[in-house]
Amino acid sequence: MEAPSTALEEPGISFRREHLSRMAAHCLSCYPEEGCGLLVGDASTGEVREVHATENVAHSSQVYTVDPRAHLKIDRAAEETGMSVIGVFHSHTHTDPYPSPTDVRQAPDPNWHYVLVSLRHEVPSTRSYRIVDGSVREETVSLSAR
Amino acid sequence: MSVEVRLPTLLRPAADGRAVVTATGGTVGELLADLQRSYPAIQGQLLGDDGSLHRFVNVYLNDDDVRYLERLETKVSEGDTVSILPAVAGGAA
Repeated sequence: MEAPSTALEEPGISFRREHLSRMAAHCLSCYPEEGCGLLVGDASTGEVREVHATENVAHSSQVYTVDPRAHLKIDRAAEETGMSVIGVFHSHTHTDPYPSPTDVRQAPDPNWHYVLVSLRHEVPSTRSYRIVDGSVREETVSLSAR
Repeated sequence: MSVEVRLPTLLRPAADGRAVVTATGGTVGELLADLQRSYPAIQGQLLGDDGSLHRFVNVYLNDDDVRYLERLETKVSEGDTVSILPAVAGGAA
């Protein structure tokens, strides 16, 4: 009998449907500036439990910076409930949802999920990536049951 | 004086897996220097060669970003908490 594989597939990232709507709505509300926010959830499964829209303190259509004070507040609250910040989302207002050289260069944590919301077309499109040592890999985005 | 320092997940392996450590100093800069002495693997992650705070790191004294206080010269007091988080930035440019 063949031994079962012990290799674990990476879980990708999962959202509730309302999370996807919230990210798109926030990004549209920030247009023409880039919108951004943080994703809180379970780092071991990639399940997003909370989407936190934050101010883009760069106020730019080309770059974003998550409000540092909001980041601290969200990080503390997540840890108090046994969760953690597991990623970040931001919009590309006129380009496809693929990490730019700036996104790759400034990716803060190789364990995070990097979600891009493109507003290039009429219907926003969302993709998620892992960025490790400058290397970009798209991951599966799925809808969670709860 | 001894002050609590909260570390981001990325730096915890360099501090024996701890999320919270204590460091000694009268200013944020002195605390970070002490932290680097205690955990040499953190060296280079927080401060540049010129001794200034890396732009991709945010350091907070309690609820405030020290860049809006007196940066590394910001004084700390007994009971304060210093937190370190990565700066989160990027964009289409």
